[in-house]
Amino acid sequence: MESRRMKRRDFLKKAAGVTAAAAGLGGLTGILSARRAPAYAQRRRLRILRWNDFIAQADEVLKAQAAEASRALGADVTFEFVNVADLQARITAAIQSGSGPDIVLMLWAWPQLYANALVDVSDVAEPIGRVQGGFYDIFQATARSGDRWLAMPHSVGGFFPHYRRSWHAEVGAAEFPKTWDEWREVGRRLKARGKPVGQSLGHGLDASTFSYPLLWSFGGAEVDATGKRVVLNSRAAVESVRFLQAFWQEACDPSGLAWDDTANNRAFLAGELSATANGLSVYIVAKRQQNALRDERGQPLYQDIETALMPAGPAGQFHLNTPFQHAVMRYSQNQRLAKEFLRWMHRREVYERWFTVNEGYSVGPARVWEEHPMWTRIDRPMQTMRRATRMSLMIGHPAPASARATEAYSKYIVVDMYAKAAQGMRAEDAVRWAEGELKKIYET
Amino acid sequence: MESKDRPGSGPGPGRLLPSPSDRHALPGRLLDSERSLAFLLLAPAVAMLLVFIAYPFATGIWYALSSVRVGDAGHFVGLQNLIAAWHDSIFRTALRNTILYTFWANLFKLILGMGLALLLNHPFRGVRLVRAAVLLPFIVPTVLSALAWRWMFDPTFSVLNWLLYHGGLIAERLPFLSDARWALWSAIAVNTWRGTPFFAVTLLAGLQTINPELHEAAALDGAGSWKRFWHVTRPLLRPVIIVVVVFSIVQTFSDFQLVYVLTGGGPANSTHLVATYAYQVGIGAGLLGEGAAMSLFMFPVLLTVVWSQLRHLRRLEGV
Repeated sequence: MESRRMKRRDFLKKAAGVTAAAAGLGGLTGILSARRAPAYAQRRRLRILRWNDFIAQADEVLKAQAAEASRALGADVTFEFVNVADLQARITAAIQSGSGPDIVLMLWAWPQLYANALVDVSDVAEPIGRVQGGFYDIFQATARSGDRWLAMPHSVGGFFPHYRRSWHAEVGAAEFPKTWDEWREVGRRLKARGKPVGQSLGHGLDASTFSYPLLWSFGGAEVDATGKRVVLNSRAAVESVRFLQAFWQEACDPSGLAWDDTANNRAFLAGELSATANGLSVYIVAKRQQNALRDERGQPLYQDIETALMPAGPAGQFHLNTPFQHAVMRYSQNQRLAKEFLRWMHRREVYERWFTVNEGYSVGPARVWEEHPMWTRIDRPMQTMRRATRMSLMIGHPAPASARATEAYSKYIVVDMYAKAAQGMRAEDAVRWAEGELKKIYET
Repeated sequence: MESKDRPGSGPGPGRLLPSPSDRHALPGRLLDSERSLAFLLLAPAVAMLLVFIAYPFATGIWYALSSVRVGDAGHFVGLQNLIAAWHDSIFRTALRNTILYTFWANLFKLILGMGLALLLNHPFRGVRLVRAAVLLPFIVPTVLSALAWRWMFDPTFSVLNWLLYHGGLIAERLPFLSDARWALWSAIAVNTWRGTPFFAVTLLAGLQTINPELHEAAALDGAGSWKRFWHVTRPLLRPVIIVVVVFSIVQTFSDFQLVYVLTGGGPANSTHLVATYAYQVGIGAGLLGEGAAMSLFMFPVLLTVVWSQLRHLRRLEGV
């Protein structure tokens, strides 16, 4: 049997182990109380959460730039890309748990929604905005609160009609209709030929980017300029809904009520639609897959695709383009590094590489990018976004894009007003229903 | 105090007697005591329940009673969120949809599952293969199967419409997801497709416990197949049916993935369920309190259903 007496050598080994463990515990306690990593492990890390871009090359550029930024800033910079539909769930979880990515990409007016959880980035945004001639107005509504920038404007995604040039010419439209009434008439002729307009009125991005401009161009609005009084129930809004009912019946594919954001792309590229309002991805896919996607004459489909601005209504011509901005999260332990990164990211030579690979799908946050030489090199249909952001209003217009405007947007109230009318509800009733829902949001 | 000489707690056959020092060791004493051992074995499960069920549930109740938003802890508002939800017309539509969705889907699943179980209870060549194949819809992740169904219901490229059109059965495309009524029934159909295997396999297990002699005796007395089913199979299977239905009601009433992927709640909110609308309000609009209150509406409904069904089950077992 083994002797129970401890030898000197064993004692020394065990004593050394106990000492090391105690030191380790003491170290851990120290780290926890200091709430920071020990000095020897302090390699700075920066995590950025973004969506999966529809232009895959744009994400590739960012991945390459992460390595460059890591060297330039002396930190480990990493991007994480998630489906756009999962972005808000990730943001919510990160804010509520107080941990997660240091910088988050935010669409629309999300910075207003999460304002309490964001760091003031005015010291980053103001100088960059000044150098670039000022950000587009939509960012004043989405990323700014008083004199404080909630997030750094990054880019703008566009939505506008894509149409088949030859088919429109066949029904006498040499160019895309300039007004809603003209589109209704041209669409009626095309639908009679089995080539309807394809518009989503489902719960998705495309439906919103169509519905809001339609409302504004007839002179309607959700609220007044104070953002506290709902003014939707107006003659203008009712007229816009009546127009939609006629347009839907005479010119549109009725199945658009069920479309998600990819359905119209598929239908258009399959030659089922004469026109659809969408991001530039329709054209880009048609061009990239030109050997597979052909028109009825056997020619590459993309050569017959043209883009145009949204039609004008009695009150004007408007767009709802998507603002993208980067927010630095308040829980982040690397706020200073995050701001350094944003400054680095928006240096002209750095941002330019991301901007040019987009070829007009996403554009810069300020007018200076309208003058970039890229615009002269890309195809004509890809140039529509060059100045379209000037025409963009924002959800909640004419009030600032508040958290309440985001709530109304998230509940698809304006979209569903049109969707209900498209399904047969009287225009007045559809507007009244939407007014009631908006009042619960804005006036309580 | 428990006796150490109690049967089961002493050394088993072939086990060396513990040394006096072992007997006094604390871990050994703990493991020797049945109560301590039971506690130790249960502890991980209890801890998991506390962390993953009780804590989120309690947090959910607090959220429902407070004005919490994302990034804003909020304050206590009593029943205000629940009242606001009740006055929200979209929520009421979602609640009505959820009740319809749960009722019809479970009725169809019960009827089809029972039929399938009765079929599979009869031996035929390849029965094992068929039994395994029947489970496929249940095994495939809901998101994937919902995506596949979305393609089959696609407004432009629906294979179902193509088959019906080329089979001469329809002249125009069916609006599976673009018409409000069609869309809800389409969702019910997909849920039925997905849940029927669960009913079939569980009921099949129940059927196999029924003594065949009971059927033989009934047949000798002149009972036909329907009477044998109604008077022999159904009463004996009732406890299994109750358990399966309770499980299914809970799952269907709180369904989220299927509708989220299939329709996103559209068109015009006609397919929103309580869970999908609560997600839209809680996550999309950042109103965690209101979203939690909407989710909480499911709790009393489910509690009532489960309590009444289990009570019925206990009564049956008592008989």
